[in-house]
Amino acid sequence: MTVKPADRDFDALFADPSTRARAARGVSIRLSGLTRRFGELEVLRGIDLDIAAGRFVAIVGRSGCGKSTLLRLLSGLDRPSGGELAFGAGEDDDVVPRLMFQEPRLLPWARVVDNVAVGLGRDRDAPDGRLRVASALAAVGLAEKAEAWPAVLSGGQKQRVALARALVSRPRFLALDEPLGALDALTRIGMQSLLERVWLAQGFTAVLVTHDVGEAIALADRVVMIEEGRVALDVAVDLPRPRRRGSAEAARLEAEILRHLVHEEPPDVGWVI
Amino acid sequence: MTSATGLATLVPSIAAEPPRTARFLRTAGRGLLASRLTPWLVPFALLALWAAASGTGRLSPQFLPPPWAIAEAAWSKILDGELAANIAVSFRRAISGFLVGGGIAFLLGLANGLSRLSERLTDTTVQMIRNIPNLSLIPLVILWLGIGEEAKLFLTALGVFFPVYVNTFHGVRTVDAGLVEMGRSYGMTRFELFRRVILPGALPSIFVGVRFALGVMWLTLIVAETIAASSGIGHMATEAREFLQVDVVVLAILIYAALGKVADTTVRLLERATLAWHPAFADPRTSK
Ligand SMILES: Nc1ncnc2c1ncn2[C@@H]1O[C@H](COP(=O)(O)OP(=O)(O)O)[C@@H](O)[C@H]1O
Ligand SMILES: [Mg+2]
Repeated sequence: MTVKPADRDFDALFADPSTRARAARGVSIRLSGLTRRFGELEVLRGIDLDIAAGRFVAIVGRSGCGKSTLLRLLSGLDRPSGGELAFGAGEDDDVVPRLMFQEPRLLPWARVVDNVAVGLGRDRDAPDGRLRVASALAAVGLAEKAEAWPAVLSGGQKQRVALARALVSRPRFLALDEPLGALDALTRIGMQSLLERVWLAQGFTAVLVTHDVGEAIALADRVVMIEEGRVALDVAVDLPRPRRRGSAEAARLEAEILRHLVHEEPPDVGWVI
Repeated sequence: MTSATGLATLVPSIAAEPPRTARFLRTAGRGLLASRLTPWLVPFALLALWAAASGTGRLSPQFLPPPWAIAEAAWSKILDGELAANIAVSFRRAISGFLVGGGIAFLLGLANGLSRLSERLTDTTVQMIRNIPNLSLIPLVILWLGIGEEAKLFLTALGVFFPVYVNTFHGVRTVDAGLVEMGRSYGMTRFELFRRVILPGALPSIFVGVRFALGVMWLTLIVAETIAASSGIGHMATEAREFLQVDVVVLAILIYAALGKVADTTVRLLERATLAWHPAFADPRTSK
């Protein structure tokens, strides 16, 4: 089997994909009684969640149930109204969370390389900065677009640049807010396997919000459903990786989660995100 | 790709009469679109029309002198050095008024776009002053400052101020909030956020203000020079009117047009250089 140059760079960049290495790279996250209010509106009413280092957790729930609010708390863009949020075993100083948005949010006036370099954060002037940017771009298969303007990229390519930007600082925790929601079905499947490969290789802790239960099961170790501001369902997904789409076990899990999601909805509406 | 012959067999009515004129028009249209000379076609046609009307005597020289009379007037003014001196004076007035008014407007627009406090403090005042036509201030300005350079500087700067202020403010306020949030989440400092996200995001709108301001700049300066000046193109025109030199009056107008074009072209080039990322400003010859 021959290895494409992109794959070699990819492996060179990222850590040993063993479970132990993953636990060392990722960071554990503990939420206890986490709440967030906007005036009268109590969006999160006490979230309790323990996420082990290096795990991949998917969060599902109806539109407006507070998934984005939770991710903004996790990634430090917002402060909780109450409760506790802790990273790791106390040494939370070097956790620089990264958040991937539903839209790519690339700077239109910066070329692709410079957009990825934004992800270096405070390391922007590090001597190996350019090299890390180049490796991250190679890892998402866009090395040849380094000098392009974002305006000429397709939706999927833009999201891959956003992924490279999120990964270039080698975060120990990556939050993803429906990053594939706006992509077409085929591009989406490609992105899912890219995400899984990157996560397996880099070993960060991942929290993915998605409205696609199939996607949650294809990627996550654990699917958490949020309803009325609390964790309503917490299902382990114990399927071997890399995962095959459409296995019987996956279908059974998907049906189970969907049953919970649709539960208590007026029958003529169904669940809509 | 479908070849032309393939299409022709598919659509027999087109194949029946390959219209030569249609093909010629299409080729000519493409040529027109590509040529650098195309934008000058209409001005040259007007010039030719003017020359023809003058040459056949249909246009009285008292009403509008022929183009060559204007050229002669220009030549004699060039020879006695008056033209260069007047252009230099007008140009310097225009630039200094633009820099002073535009500079203050740019800074205040940024401040009010970035700070709610600054906006609450000054925006209402600015909007009130904006509703005074700046040329209506001429009598007052002459009373205050006489007809010296200060009067022209003040009027031009005031005219330039509002378009630059309004568009800078609008540009800063309409920067994509998602990009600002992205920048914050990647640890950009306030200054970095300004330099890398807010300023480039506001730039297209700022350029709109600048181009608008250039128009106001010439207008204000012409009027100010016509009413209250002892040098400059506007003064040259006023003096020529008193001596019934229609050719010099027309020459002054043409010079204003040329100076306006120069200023506009400069801004266009600046736009193209700084907004290369913007699909609307990308140079079609260099983008793929
Ligand atoms: N900054 C805010 N101010 C007021 N209300 C907000 C704010 N952010 C979110 N909300 C409200 O919180 C609720 C949850 O929003 P969100 O977390 O975006 O839901 P979703 O699960 O669809 O991502 C919504 O009702 C939304 O209107
Ligand atoms: Mg959301």
